[in-house]
Amino acid sequence: MSTTTTRDATRPASAKVSPTKPRRGAQGRTLNFWLFTGPFLIGLVIFVYIPIGWSIWLSFFEARYTVTPSTFIGFDNYKQMLTNGDFVRSLGTFTVFAVIIVPVTWALSLGLALMVHRLRFMKAFFRSVFFLPTACSFVAASLIWKMSIFSGVRFGLANTVLGWFGIENIAWLANPNPPWYWLVIVTVRLWLQAGFYMILFLAALQNIPPELYEAAAIDGAKPGWQTFRHITLPQLRATSTAVILLLLVAAYQAFDEFFNLLAKTTWGRPPLVELYYTALGDNQDYGAGSAGAVILTLLICTVTLLQGKFMGFGRGDESK
Amino acid sequence: MSTTTEVRDPVEARTLRKAGKKPGRGVISSAGLYCATAVCALLFLIPFYLIVRNALSTDAEITGENWKFFPTDIQWGNISELFSDNTVPFATSLWNSAVVGVLHTVGTLLVCSLAGYGLARIPYKHADKIFYAVLVTLMVPAAVTFVPSFVLVSSLGWVSSLQGLIVPGLFSGFTCFLFRQYFLGFPKELEEAARVDGLGYWGAYWRIVVPNSLNFFAAMATITFISGWNAFLWPLVIGQDQEAWTVQVALSSYMTNQTVNFHLIFMATAISILPLVLVFLFLQRWLVQGVAQTGIKG
Repeated sequence: MSTTTTRDATRPASAKVSPTKPRRGAQGRTLNFWLFTGPFLIGLVIFVYIPIGWSIWLSFFEARYTVTPSTFIGFDNYKQMLTNGDFVRSLGTFTVFAVIIVPVTWALSLGLALMVHRLRFMKAFFRSVFFLPTACSFVAASLIWKMSIFSGVRFGLANTVLGWFGIENIAWLANPNPPWYWLVIVTVRLWLQAGFYMILFLAALQNIPPELYEAAAIDGAKPGWQTFRHITLPQLRATSTAVILLLLVAAYQAFDEFFNLLAKTTWGRPPLVELYYTALGDNQDYGAGSAGAVILTLLICTVTLLQGKFMGFGRGDESK
Repeated sequence: MSTTTEVRDPVEARTLRKAGKKPGRGVISSAGLYCATAVCALLFLIPFYLIVRNALSTDAEITGENWKFFPTDIQWGNISELFSDNTVPFATSLWNSAVVGVLHTVGTLLVCSLAGYGLARIPYKHADKIFYAVLVTLMVPAAVTFVPSFVLVSSLGWVSSLQGLIVPGLFSGFTCFLFRQYFLGFPKELEEAARVDGLGYWGAYWRIVVPNSLNFFAAMATITFISGWNAFLWPLVIGQDQEAWTVQVALSSYMTNQTVNFHLIFMATAISILPLVLVFLFLQRWLVQGVAQTGIKG
């Protein structure tokens, strides 16, 4: 039945574009629209919109050990989070982390892409090798880093290698002074993510028209730094912007490696780890945890929009 | 491969001619390039080497006085020892991860592809507004909403359950967005032909659109499966009971356990990575395609 009605309705519409569409056709389309999008939209409302709304509501209440609180306390949770040394320190930790990880990952993934792009033989092999860590989880990688490479004892790989040069063992994670734990944290993410962003850069490198390089060569530009600086880099602008944005948002949400590498320590807690302990730790303070989540979300949105403004994110998309 | 060499050749030739007519320089620089690439590749492979070495060694060899590059006797027995060890329910967690990974992938693809198609192709006067409502959710990173999501899921009574692990993750605004972008570029003529043949939207979708989009579906499936298998924060929050642990939560618990059995821990790591390495090796084509698509659009 329904198929015949749709056919009757669509046939004249496709034959000639009439401004007044048959009513049954429009209704059929509306029905179809909801048939396709309904399940997703219902889920989106239940599992995304309601939690966000509920969380905003909770953030204005005294909500310990309960998610249906009754004591309205206004902005007290926000004040508590923003005057809470731990939460503010976690924002500081994130800033340090982002300042290191974003440029380093950008540079390494671009470097790998440039190398792989120039290879003539075994290109696919090397691309796979650099891309392979993407298959690993942060937990598995943290485990290798903590228990094997940067194990603070003698048989850790890093300490073994240092030992060959007669250097004393270093307690990589167990001692915040000097903060060697940053080396561990940064290398883990670098190893896991560089290959992913390398793929993005490789795709972009393949899209640079070769005529540009020919023209530059005719104009006397030396291959190497000059062509890279004046042709490759500007051509990669859109991808670079996207990569930096992705790196930044990913750094904001860093949780797995901090949680696993620095379990039981009080230093090096980024915002999400701090929120985890606030909301789901011993206190189960859902009100303060929700306030922290709202603050973080606002921060992420602001940074994303600002970066978009300054670096022209989306300009690349429009030109495509 | 061949196209890139073709494209590069004239450039390379010209640069060589420019750079002092010495082809020898090109050979040296390409040898240097291969050396540098190989060194980087070795560094990237060290962690994999360590997993395999430690997984197949005894604890005595791992913690021994001198570094051993390879185990003297390969300890395959570590596998059975791992599964008979009762302190961490590793077998259960593997099973949970497999179930969650598969259902998460199938569910996400089904729900998000249908919605993406509806938003891209079925005319409806409020479609724009609905699409904006989906886009807004992209601004709120999923990881930040774990507190409110936990609040909701715990009031549904879904803590430590498989549906608690799977269902909240199915409605990904980002995946829906990617499908919409993809379907916008899907050739309209194919669908119109199908509809002239008497198929409605539903019929055209399943008989024409999906079969002609298998590459894109495969790319999205690969990425979704990997991220589902590797997810940690949400399974950690939801898996309050050991029965509901995924493999990542189990691995994490090894790091804080009182007793440390290096060979078992690394065997567990190896087994947890193995399915993904296989997925990676066999589906790399789609994975690369998926990454290039999701990353650039993201």
